[in-house]
Amino acid sequence: MIEVSNIAKAFNGKEVLKGISASFKKGETNLIIGGSGTGKSVLLKCMIGLVKPDQGNVLYNGRDFYHCDKETQQSIRREMGVLFQGGALFDSKTVEENVRFPLDMLTDQSVQEKQERVAFCLQRVGLEAAAKRMPSEISGGMKKRVGIARAIVMNPMYLFCDEPNSGLDPLTSVKIDELIKEITEEFQITTIIITHDMNSVMEIGQNIMFLYEGSKLWEGVNSEIIRTDVPELKEFLFSNKLLREMEK
Amino acid sequence: MSVIGKYFIFLGTLFGKGEKLSVYWRRLMEECVGIGVSSIFIVAIVSTFIGAVSCIQTAYNLVSPIIPISTVALIVRDMEILELAPTITCIVLAGKVGSNIASELGTMRITEQIDALEVMGINSSSYLVLPKVVAAMLTFPMLVIFSAFLGILGGYLAGTLTGVITERDYLYGIRDSFVPYNIFFMCVKPFVFGFLIATISSFKGFFTTGGALEVGKSSTEAVTNSCISILVADYLLAQLLL
Repeated sequence: MIEVSNIAKAFNGKEVLKGISASFKKGETNLIIGGSGTGKSVLLKCMIGLVKPDQGNVLYNGRDFYHCDKETQQSIRREMGVLFQGGALFDSKTVEENVRFPLDMLTDQSVQEKQERVAFCLQRVGLEAAAKRMPSEISGGMKKRVGIARAIVMNPMYLFCDEPNSGLDPLTSVKIDELIKEITEEFQITTIIITHDMNSVMEIGQNIMFLYEGSKLWEGVNSEIIRTDVPELKEFLFSNKLLREMEK
Repeated sequence: MSVIGKYFIFLGTLFGKGEKLSVYWRRLMEECVGIGVSSIFIVAIVSTFIGAVSCIQTAYNLVSPIIPISTVALIVRDMEILELAPTITCIVLAGKVGSNIASELGTMRITEQIDALEVMGINSSSYLVLPKVVAAMLTFPMLVIFSAFLGILGGYLAGTLTGVITERDYLYGIRDSFVPYNIFFMCVKPFVFGFLIATISSFKGFFTTGGALEVGKSSTEAVTNSCISILVADYLLAQLLL
C-alpha cells in the first residue's frame, strides 16, 4: 500500500501540487486522471523520488520515503518498477539487455538465472520473438511492453505507469491496459497509472483520483465516475460532443 | 558562479555511491572504444596534414643562408610536441568527443533514460559519466602521442617529396637538441584536457532540459566551453611546467 499525505510542490513560485493526500491499494490499478498541466506527472515524480516535494510524506507500507535513512530509501527504490511515458529504453541495448539491465546492476544472480527471468518477463508481455531487436527496430506499443517487462523484472511491489497509452492506437492501448491489470492482480502489485485516456478509466480504473489545478477534486471507482456531480470532472469526462449528447 | 558551483557538485557525485567494479570495467572498455579508437581516423588525418603544412611553411620562411635547413625539422618537431599535437588534437577531440558526449547524455535526459536509472537506485552520473572521464584521460594521451608521430612523419613526407629538405637533413633535425622533458609535458596536457572535455561536456549534457533544440544547444555549449577551457589550461600548464 502507498499513502501520500499533504504533498505540495511549487516551481518558481507557481503551486503545482496543493496538499494532496491519497492511499493506493495493493493488487489494484489506481488511476490518477486529469487534464494536461494539472500536476499528475509531478505527483508521480514526487512519489518515485525524482522530484522532492516541498512538504508532505510518501509512505510505502508505512516507510516514509523522504524521512528515512539511505538504505531504506534504496530498498524502497528496488521495490519499484516504473514504466515511463516513452518507454525510456536504453538505445544502445537490445530488448533483452534492456530487460536484464536491472538484474545486471542490482543483483548477484547467475547468468542462467538472469536469462530465465528475462525470458519469463518477455514471454509475459508477449515479446519473446523481439528479444534480440534494438529499441529503434520495434513499434511504440512494443516499446511500452518492453518497458513493462523491465519494470516487473525485479518482482516489484509497486508499479508506476506514466501515461502508458500515449501515442498508441485504441486497440494497442486496450491491450496494454489489460496487460497492466493482469500483472497487477497476478503479482499483487500496488499499481499507479497516470492517464487521461477515458478508455483506461472505464476498463481498468479500480480506484480513481481526479486532479484539477494541483488539487484532488474527486476520488472513487469507475462505476461511480459517470454519475459525478463535480463540474470540472464532468467537463473532463464529457469533453467531446458525442459523449455530451449521450449524457443528456 | 552558480554554474561553476553546480559543476563542482556534479564532479562530487561522480565519486558518490558506485556500482559493481565489473560494471565499471565493462563501461570503461566501451567508452575507450567510443572515445579513443573511433577518433583515430580524424586524429590521423588532421595530424598528418598539420605536420606537412608546418614543414612547408617553416621552410618557406627560413630563407637565411646562415640557418641550416635541418632547423626546419627541429621546428616541426618542437611545434608538434609542445603545441600542435596536444592542443590542436584536443581541440579537434573537443569537437568530436565533446559534442558526442553532450548530445548522448542530453538525449538520455530528455527521453527519461537517466530518470529510469535513478529510479532503479543507480547513481546515474557515476554510471554514465565516470567511465567517460577515465576513458578520455587514458586515451587522449595515446592519441596525442600518435598525433605527434604522424605530424612529424607528415612533415618528413611533405618536405622530402617536395624537395624543400633532404631526408638526411630532416632526420638530423628531428634528433638535434632534443629535450626528453618535452615528451612528459606533451603527455600531461591531454591528460588534463581529456578531463576537462569529458567533464564539461557531460555536465552540459546531463543537465539538458527541454527537447531536441536544447540538446543541440547543450552540444554547442559543450564544445565552446571545452575549447575555452583547453586554451586557458594550456596557458596555465605552460606557465607551471616550462
